[in-house]
Amino acid sequence: MKYQVDENGYYGEFGGAWIPEMMYTNIDELKRRYLEIMESAEFKNEFDLLLKDYVGRPSPLYFAKRLSEHYNTNIFLKREDLNHTGSHKLNNTIGQILLAQKLGKTRIIAETGAGQHGVATATVCALKGIKCVVYMGALDVSRQAPNVKKMKMLGAKVIPVHSGNKTLKDATNEAMRDWINNPVDTHYIIGSVVGPHPYPDMVARFQSVISAEMKSQLLAQTGFELPTRIIACVGGGSNAAGAFYHFLNDEQVELIGVEAAGKGVDTNETAATLTVGTIGVLHASKTMLMQNSDGQITEPYSISAGLDYPGIGPMHANLHKTGRAKFLAATDEEVLQAALFLTQKEGIIPALESAHALAGLEKIRMQPEDVNVINLSGSGNKDMETYLDYFGY
Amino acid sequence: MKKNENMKNRINKLFNNKKENILSVYFTAGFPNLNDTVEIIQQLEKNGVDLVEIGIPFSDPTADGPIIQKSSEAALINGMSLNLLFEQLKTIRESVNIPLILMGYFNPVFQFGVERFCQKCAEVGIDGAILPDLPLHEFDNEYKSFFKEYNLHNILLITPQTSESRINQIDAASEGFIYMVSSSSTTGTGKKVEDFQQDYFERIKQMNMKNPRLIGFGISDNATFKNACKYAEGAIIGSAFVKSLSANPNLKESIAQFVKNIQKNT
Ligand SMILES: Cc1ncc(COP(=O)(O)O)c(C=O)c1O
Repeated sequence: MKYQVDENGYYGEFGGAWIPEMMYTNIDELKRRYLEIMESAEFKNEFDLLLKDYVGRPSPLYFAKRLSEHYNTNIFLKREDLNHTGSHKLNNTIGQILLAQKLGKTRIIAETGAGQHGVATATVCALKGIKCVVYMGALDVSRQAPNVKKMKMLGAKVIPVHSGNKTLKDATNEAMRDWINNPVDTHYIIGSVVGPHPYPDMVARFQSVISAEMKSQLLAQTGFELPTRIIACVGGGSNAAGAFYHFLNDEQVELIGVEAAGKGVDTNETAATLTVGTIGVLHASKTMLMQNSDGQITEPYSISAGLDYPGIGPMHANLHKTGRAKFLAATDEEVLQAALFLTQKEGIIPALESAHALAGLEKIRMQPEDVNVINLSGSGNKDMETYLDYFGY
Repeated sequence: MKKNENMKNRINKLFNNKKENILSVYFTAGFPNLNDTVEIIQQLEKNGVDLVEIGIPFSDPTADGPIIQKSSEAALINGMSLNLLFEQLKTIRESVNIPLILMGYFNPVFQFGVERFCQKCAEVGIDGAILPDLPLHEFDNEYKSFFKEYNLHNILLITPQTSESRINQIDAASEGFIYMVSSSSTTGTGKKVEDFQQDYFERIKQMNMKNPRLIGFGISDNATFKNACKYAEGAIIGSAFVKSLSANPNLKESIAQFVKNIQKNT
């Protein structure tokens, strides 16, 4: 339990529920009820069935032979890119839509950066016939246009947000404002392990299916109980939380998160929160943040819209602080090269976000006998325009 | 002992002396111009405002509507910070007697240092703080002693969703007054009298809480002010005032006119 949330909603000194009173009733209800609902047999059956027949789980654990040969080690890819809607995000939205129904909510709101969480939310709302509103920074609306169209086709209303940097942070602000204005009928499906308690724990639990499967697949496919290390990209940190979850107490397993360095951690165009950040309170959580000395949040930058966030989930802030996980940062340039490399070695085009984890391979010393698992959080379909522009195909 | 301490706080003095039609006005420090802070406070007092809430701008004001979002953004671009604000307020008590409250999000205060913040407030003569995203349990756990030491009241909020047991808890923990959020909304919704939930106002009034109440959020004109004053000791106006400041850059004129309009026939 050392790395899990405590009864006050904290991971070490990080977390909590720094909410204005206007959100208290909803957060208090969630806090009181999420575990009881999630642990009920009825919920579990419905959740597991949808993960299997709708999401298409378990996602394969694929031994990447040519990539392994290149790095002279063993590399497995956890294929979250093969989930319905193309990323790990659906694991969480399936869980939260079922929870929202149990709470009697009839309207869903969400924030989105890359649009993957927005699409995953619009998808489950279509599945359940529930009204859906997605807030998206105006900049992201233009750089992730195909996902915007998908959300609309799925029946969601997409509201572009023009404040701040017009990216994920601003979309989150606007979603919180919506919830304050609609406290009775609405559930807010947060897309990562961020926000007030119990969201970080709740989302990590929904995503923990990733590491549960990894464990059994690894044993069945290799006979090993544990991998040497797990590598995942980190924006808010939900795919990493899911990939680390069931290995947190296996201290011999190295956990590695890769943040977005953007144009470099020594420039001011970066989103590497743990490298450049300090402790503070944003989006109702006490965690590591990119901010100036006056406590104003600074604008992040990454080529990848899904990692373009000035904070990080409190669980990761604590894993970082305690040294249980290591965090690296990969630049836009390194990430694009890593994406191309995987594409041409294995025939898999990764999401820009996931390519950060792949870029991590260049920064880690691996032994030939090591078993490395990379969480391939999503597919590159949404990023084709960026790739084509950059590589000039 | 406790009573004596409270008597020293200007907020308690105000509520002891005045029981109705209390007008509290919010503005964002650093807006419209960086150095307007002192003059705005002076003009508000001169025109009969009972209490002033000085907004500390924040980059991500999640409980605020577009008007206060914009004023905060402009104030930050103008160069406002908590350090500078305390500097501007250094001699405010030479010219202003009404209670003053700082209002803002927790992170700038957290970076400044909560104890240092309380100490600075005492130094310049601030009587209370409203930090909406500093919830009661976090306040109780970590910061209450600093507020006590510097005789700074932490003003807490209630909303139409707040349960009766929690209202009682908040009432017990409050000093000064309770900020009664008029409806489930962010700031600046510009409602009409008939849009407000009078049954909520009535329900709270009947609870006979130990603390006086001011109703805020969506109070924007004479009619909504007068209506709110039927159910509480007074009301708070924020967005409508900030908006009036952007409409007329002559502070003396625009403030006099704004306050006169709000208070007519009360
Ligand atoms: C494919 C993919 N991976 C990762 C992320 C980052 O989120 P998180 O750190 O919560 O996994 C996103 C976010 O949009 C994404 O689309």
